[in-house]
Amino acid sequence: MNPAVPEIPGDSPLKAAQAPAEQAAVTPAVAPWPNPLAHLQIPFRAVDYEVKGYHLEVTVAPGEVVAVATQLDKEGLALDTITGVDWMAEGQMEVVYDYFHLAKPLRVVVRTRIPRDKPEIDTISGVFPGANWHERETHDFFGIKFLGHPDLTPFLLPEDATYHPLRKDFVA
Amino acid sequence: MTEKADFLTGDVAAGQPPRETFVLNLGPQHPATHGVLRVKMTMDGEYIVRAEPVCGYIHRMQEKMGENRTYAQFLPNTSRIDYLSAMTYTHAFVGAVERAAKIPVPPRAEYIRVITSELNRISSHLVWWGAFLLDLGGFTPLLYAFDDREKILDLLEAITGARLTYCYYRFGGLCNDVDDSFIKGTREFVAHMRPRLKMYRGLVTENIIFRKRLEGIGPISQEMCRKYGATGPVIRGSGVSYDVRRVEPYSAYPEFDFEIPTFPGGDSMARYLVRMEEMVQSLRIIEQALDKLPAGPVMADKVPRVLKLPAGDYCYAVEAARGRFAVRIVSDNKEIPYRVKLRTPSLSNLSLFEEASKGMLLPDALALMGSLDLVIPDIDR
Amino acid sequence: MMQSLSGFIAGFWQFIASLWPEPLRLVLFLGGIMAFVGLNAAYLVWVERKGAARFQRRPGPTEVGYAGLLQPIADAVKLLTKQLIVPAGVDATLFRAAPLMVMAPALMSLAVIPFSDVLSARNINVGLLMIFAFGSINVMALMLGGWSSRNKYAIISAARIVSQNVAYEIPMLLVVITMVMVTGTMNLSDIVKAQAGPFWHWNLFKVWVNPLMPVTFLIFYICMLAETNRAPFDMAEAESELVAGAYTEYSGMGFGVFFMAEYANILLGCSLATVLFLGGWQSPIGIWSGVVWFLLKLYFLVFSVVWIRWTFPRTQFYGLLNLSWKILIPVSLFTLILSSAMLKLIKPFAA
Repeated sequence: MNPAVPEIPGDSPLKAAQAPAEQAAVTPAVAPWPNPLAHLQIPFRAVDYEVKGYHLEVTVAPGEVVAVATQLDKEGLALDTITGVDWMAEGQMEVVYDYFHLAKPLRVVVRTRIPRDKPEIDTISGVFPGANWHERETHDFFGIKFLGHPDLTPFLLPEDATYHPLRKDFVA
Repeated sequence: MTEKADFLTGDVAAGQPPRETFVLNLGPQHPATHGVLRVKMTMDGEYIVRAEPVCGYIHRMQEKMGENRTYAQFLPNTSRIDYLSAMTYTHAFVGAVERAAKIPVPPRAEYIRVITSELNRISSHLVWWGAFLLDLGGFTPLLYAFDDREKILDLLEAITGARLTYCYYRFGGLCNDVDDSFIKGTREFVAHMRPRLKMYRGLVTENIIFRKRLEGIGPISQEMCRKYGATGPVIRGSGVSYDVRRVEPYSAYPEFDFEIPTFPGGDSMARYLVRMEEMVQSLRIIEQALDKLPAGPVMADKVPRVLKLPAGDYCYAVEAARGRFAVRIVSDNKEIPYRVKLRTPSLSNLSLFEEASKGMLLPDALALMGSLDLVIPDIDR
Repeated sequence: MMQSLSGFIAGFWQFIASLWPEPLRLVLFLGGIMAFVGLNAAYLVWVERKGAARFQRRPGPTEVGYAGLLQPIADAVKLLTKQLIVPAGVDATLFRAAPLMVMAPALMSLAVIPFSDVLSARNINVGLLMIFAFGSINVMALMLGGWSSRNKYAIISAARIVSQNVAYEIPMLLVVITMVMVTGTMNLSDIVKAQAGPFWHWNLFKVWVNPLMPVTFLIFYICMLAETNRAPFDMAEAESELVAGAYTEYSGMGFGVFFMAEYANILLGCSLATVLFLGGWQSPIGIWSGVVWFLLKLYFLVFSVVWIRWTFPRTQFYGLLNLSWKILIPVSLFTLILSSAMLKLIKPFAA
């Protein structure tokens, strides 16, 4: 790997798969309540809200985002936003899905990583119609293709834009 | 009870696919879109078959700017996103940095943040009130609203030096303390604003024409709000008591006694009433904060001049005038952030417009759009 | 004093008439009406702006002349120096003709309004009928302006204008028929003369003829607001929905004439209301009967129109039509039947 790799916040799926037990030990369950999503088949990690600003976090495989979104939808969570992070040095793109609960203090972050040279992931706009615009925006900024998205035309960028300005190799 | 448009006939009204449609290009320069929003409307007569908002006309790529400058340099940018609630927006960014760098904020600073944020919320709602009435064809309330807003701007100008795009909060506190004249002026404003809100009620809210324009118009269900991530007065007008100040308390908000106004109607009237009631609650918060305002410094000690946040990502959400505004900072332990994500409420609130406006009449759809309280730079960023 | 003045005018008139009767009279009155309408249209803009400013607690125009009194003239000069842009692809003839066709009927109709006992351009027997005949040309002209603009907003606005005017013409005419039945004439001068005496002789207060007379006046007033496309019935302009409605594509004096025609129509509507309900030139207190009282009543009504515009938001279109078809038409029909019944049943015994 490139020596100039920035220290990766969160975890790559690889690392998470290798050492889930260690992770649990490093970030103890600080949630003052029993995890309200414990019954789901999603390996959530509890996060210190005072430090991070969200309560639960999970890293899933790219193919699982729709299934996770469906489960969270059934739990009554709302979609906050979708965004990307370009980890150029690693050759990966991170897609981050934020959810929030309408009644409980519960913010859930779902992360996934996809290869940078083939950034494709399934759309969750079938589950949350509100994801439509967030995915369009992420496509604008990062060039991440959301497969099955109804309309991936530029949203905020000019309609003839072919560039993706939030990629780290973008030169204006 | 709502009036049905039973004199107008159309295929859409009859529940059939339209035989003949035309495209009406509403904007980017149009009096009702308050800025540079464009809505491509496929119309069947005056019925909307499909209203497709086209965004990006004032896109400034704030998030890329965030990756190119230090935290302190990016701070003024956040007040330009939603220029009508600049205080709350800077609050979110400042809060995210403070959370990451573990900077403790003195209680006096937190109280003053609450006071100024709530003043800003009132001024934002006043602009919305005037502009919304303008959408409905009533011109006079705008001038009344601006008259009251002027008082807030004068107060905030005296302490922040700015009238619109405040950059008053700093990492660890505030750039300067408030003086007695601000406290006195704010108390006078609270005393002045309460009867004014009562007058607005008599002048506008109880007007029969006004009520007929809004009641039952543009219903948005709780489910639609959830699916689209709509927040703020939009979701509270659909009967969900979701407010970041209550659900994820931040700053000094847990110390105040206030209600989250919620109306179950889901129509434009409910959203209107939520905002009117919110102004009353904001006045309550300001009054309590002034009463309890602690003494002490307004700036934390030893805030480094150059901030380097520990690697990781940090979120901070605030309740802005239009809903939930969240900042996500991804840091790689450098002076400039690796990624700044700005989650703006107007974007999610507008995204439900296409579904909500289906089959509506043009003036009703514009009333719905006005009741969403859009600030276009907030969508386009 | 007024009587002596009107006596003087009458004497002067007889002198002129003896010189060269009909053609001179026509020219004089036509010139007079045009000047009256032109001045009023210009200065009602000033009244509107000043009035709006006062309702909004601001000073309004102050710079041009004393209290901004020369503002309308400055505006007119500005509009006259601007190019009248005819957009590509519009029907240029109709586009240019529409503003004139809006203005002309208002001018023509004012010719039969009796400003005082003697001050009336044409005192014809079917004056009321003539006003309504010309009133429908006005609708057509606005529609033409909207349609010929080749603009979607203007076309939507034109469609609204037509349906709105058709809807409000009916209750208005029903009310006018009531008034014709009550007064027994279509001659506007005679209608005013029938209301001579103290103010309870005005048609508005003649509850012994028809107990619903004030309601009738209210219907007439609402219809007048709707017919002149004034707030809260300004569906046609609806600046927050249709930009400027039928006037969207007009610039310079083309727009200026539309603007003036709006005020000319308000003037006409308020004049008609004054004649039909408020006793025209008749003084309520028995002195100074004549043009002064006519103008006082007229401008009171005009002011109320301005007042309403700056107080109420716009109605929704179906609300407007519902109001007409479901409330105003049944009520005005009822007043018509009631007054005809009272005329047949009560008046013979009272007489």
